[in-house]
This record gives sequence, C-alpha cells and structure tokens, in this order.
Amino acid sequence: MIPGQAFFILAIILFVLGVVAFFVKRDLLTQFMAVEVMLNAGNLAFLALAKASGRAEAQVIVFFVLTVAAAEAVVGMAIVLHVFRRKKTVRTEDASELKG
Amino acid sequence: MGWVIFLFLSILCVGSVAAMIISRNQAHNALFLVLAFASLGGIFGLLDAPFVAVVQVIIYAGAIMVLFLFAIMMINLNEGLPPERKKIVYVISAVLAAVLAAELLVVARQAFLPPVQIAAPGSGNPAGIGRLLFTGYLYPFEITSLLLIAALIGAMTLSGKKESS
Repeated sequence: MIPGQAFFILAIILFVLGVVAFFVKRDLLTQFMAVEVMLNAGNLAFLALAKASGRAEAQVIVFFVLTVAAAEAVVGMAIVLHVFRRKKTVRTEDASELKG
Repeated sequence: MGWVIFLFLSILCVGSVAAMIISRNQAHNALFLVLAFASLGGIFGLLDAPFVAVVQVIIYAGAIMVLFLFAIMMINLNEGLPPERKKIVYVISAVLAAVLAAELLVVARQAFLPPVQIAAPGSGNPAGIGRLLFTGYLYPFEITSLLLIAALIGAMTLSGKKESS
C-alpha cells in the first residue's frame, strides 16, 4: 500500500521541474510544454488527496482541469502560430516589441 | 508489487521531464512529454482512478501532444538551434526551484495532517464519477461547453487568414 505522501512528493517534483523548464527553455513551444507539465502535477496532487480523503469529487475536478488544459493548448497553439507568422521565429526574446 | 510499479513509473516520468529540459530538439521534447504523460497515466491508475488514467492517456498523450507535434511540423524551424542561455539564468532558476520545492514541502506536510478517512469502496469508478458529474457538478459541466466553444472560436479567429488588407 503506497501512502498518499509519496504521490504528493512526486507531484511536487514534477511541478518544480516544470517551473525550471519554463525558465530555462527559450522557445515558445517548449515553454508551453512546461506549462502542461505543471498542470499535470496539479492533477496528480488532486488525485493523491482524493485517495487520502476517500472522496471522488477531486476526480471530477481533474476532469475539468483536463478540459481547461485542452482549451489552453488550442488557443496557445493559435497564438504561437500567429507569432511565428509575424516574426518568423518562436524564440521568446525575439518577441519583445513592447520593451524595444 | 505496488511500490515497484510506482517507482518504475515515477522514475520514467521524472526522467523524461528532465530529458525534456536537457534536450534541445523540439520534436524530441514533445515525444519525451508523451512518455511522461503516459507513465503519469499509469500512476493515476495506481491511485484508484481508472477513468482519469484512461482520459490522461487518450487526451494528453494522444490529442494534446499530437497538436504540439502538428505545430512543430508547421513551424519547421530552419534558423538552427538557438544558443544556450547565460549561466546566470541557470543559477537563478536553480535557486528559485529550491525555494519553491521547500515551500511546497512545508505545505504538503500540513495537507496530510488531518486524520485520513477510509475510502468508500467504488466511489472512484467511472459510474460514480458520472453520477457526480451530472448531479452535483452539472453547472460547471455545462459551463465547460461554453469554454470549449470560446476556445474554438478564439483559435479560428487568431489563426484564420485575413480576407481584407
């Protein structure tokens, strides 16, 4: 029987790795993937707490998080393609029109 | 036996996310992420959540990552790989990650303080989730459809070609 804490610690590790990937990577698409990793870590934490407390509501919330992630991926991809069409690059630091 | 599966899947998952950080090829990154999400689906199965496990594999490892791969193929970078970031960025992000991990561990210790109650048998099966989704969570479920419509229209508006101008 695996305790819920083990799953929770795995969720923490995944979230921190997602944050690190977001900061270290330089292209929009990979940073986007890092956001997905963070969302999945949140899902894992929800499910670990669901098992620890014995309630199924968290699984419904995970379902909603999945829906939001799908919508976010679709809109984000459209934005990335738009940026690529305008600037011919997906590097983050090349899209710095506001700062000059 | 459960521990063996858990350790195997979690090492696979963490390792492929770490490989995503190290690798500098976008297509490889996406494939590493498919592996990470598939093994995470197995971990969800260990948590008595079979429905979420299947949905994870189908939607995340299937649909969303295929969308990423499509985008990578459409973008088709021919400018070559960008040079490495400065060292200072790595140092700052490592410090930030350590601080964040410490904070999360402190919070996690408090999250498990109340005595855990025994799970009601069968509360996490697909039938129970469906009943919950269409009774207690009916309004959020319906609002989800609005969100999907909004995302669809937003993507079409953003990526559609301009007719005038």
